[in-house]
Amino acid sequence: MSARSETLLWLAQRITAAILAIAVIVHIATIVMAMDGGLSAREIISRVQGNVAWLIFYLIFVIAVAVHAPIGLRTVMREVTSLSLPIINTVVIFVSLFLCVAGSRAIFGLYGIAG
Amino acid sequence: MTGSTTSTLEVSVWRGGEDGRYETYTVPARDNQTILDVVTYIQRHVDPTLSYRFACRVGMCGSCAMTVNGKPRWTCRSHARVVAEDGKLEIAPLRNFKVIKDLAVDMEAFFEKWRRAEGSFRGTTDRHEEFAVVAPNSKERKQVDAGIECIGCGVCYAACDIAAWNKDYLGPAALNRAWTLMNDERDNKNKTRLAAVSGDAGCHACHSHQSCVEQCPKFINPTASIAGLKRAAAAAALKGEL
Repeated sequence: MSARSETLLWLAQRITAAILAIAVIVHIATIVMAMDGGLSAREIISRVQGNVAWLIFYLIFVIAVAVHAPIGLRTVMREVTSLSLPIINTVVIFVSLFLCVAGSRAIFGLYGIAG
Repeated sequence: MTGSTTSTLEVSVWRGGEDGRYETYTVPARDNQTILDVVTYIQRHVDPTLSYRFACRVGMCGSCAMTVNGKPRWTCRSHARVVAEDGKLEIAPLRNFKVIKDLAVDMEAFFEKWRRAEGSFRGTTDRHEEFAVVAPNSKERKQVDAGIECIGCGVCYAACDIAAWNKDYLGPAALNRAWTLMNDERDNKNKTRLAAVSGDAGCHACHSHQSCVEQCPKFINPTASIAGLKRAAAAAALKGEL
C-alpha cells in the first residue's frame, strides 16, 4: 500500500485510540456505578432502553473498536505471520465488518428491547 | 577487580560466521580496560586469526560495536569491569547484521537503508551564494541538534526488535538521520523523504519499545525522531502532500 494509505491507517488508529481512551473510562465507570447495590438485567435495560444518548455513545464506541482493532490486528499479522498483505487486508476487513455488525446488533437490541 | 593485575577475565568470543560458536579465552584483568582492549589482547597474544573492526578507539568512528553480555555496546568506551558479570564476558557480533567473520559484521545493508530513507542532504543553493543563517534557538535547529551526533555505530539497529523481525524496516539510525534532515531548513528533499520513510518499512513500523534509546552510546533518542516523522507524515497525508 502507498505511504499515504499507511499513514492514514496509522492516523485512524491513533484517533480511535483517543476516542476509546475516553469511551472505555465512561463504560467502566458506568459499570462500577451500576454494580453498586447489585446488577440485574432489568436494571441494565431500564438504563439503555430507548435512551438515545447511550445509543449514540455505544455506536461511537463500536465504530471506534471496528476501526482500531483491525488496524492493530493487521500490524500483528504482518509481523508474526507469513501471509501476504492482500490476504491480511481481506481478513481484517471481515473482522471490522463482524465487529460493526455484532456490536450494532447488541446496541440496537438493547435500545429497542421490550421492557 | 579494580587495581588488580593478577586476576583474569573469562571471555567467550564468537568465532566463525553465522553458524559459528563461542570459544573461551583467559585474559588478564587490568585497570580501565575496555572491551576493545580485551578483544585486542586476544588477537595479539592468543589467536591472531580473530577478526574484529575498530578505528578511532575514542568513540567517534562508530566501527567497534559488538554484543557484550547480551547487549549491543561501543566496545572502545565500555569498561570491562563495568560490563563483566562475575569476571565473565560474552562477546558476539552485532545482532540484526550479517556476520562476515568472528566479530566483524557486514554494515552494507544498514547504510543502504540510510540511502533508502533519503538520508543524504540536498541543498537549495550553490557555493556562490551566501551562507545560510540558521538560528541556533529555532525549534528546527534544536531538533537537528538532538539527533545529529549519531556516529553510525549500529548499536540502535542491533537493539531494535522491529529490525529483527521485519527485514525491510529502515531502523532507528536511518530514521533518526531522516528526521535531522527534515528539520534542516537548507534541505529541499522533504517530500520525497517523507514518502520514503512512511509505511510498514518506515516510521510506522516502530512500536516505541525504546531499546534504541536505552542502548545508544551517544544518548540520542531515535524513538522521539521517529515520532516526529510520524507526526510530519500524518500532517502531510491530511494535506494531500504525501
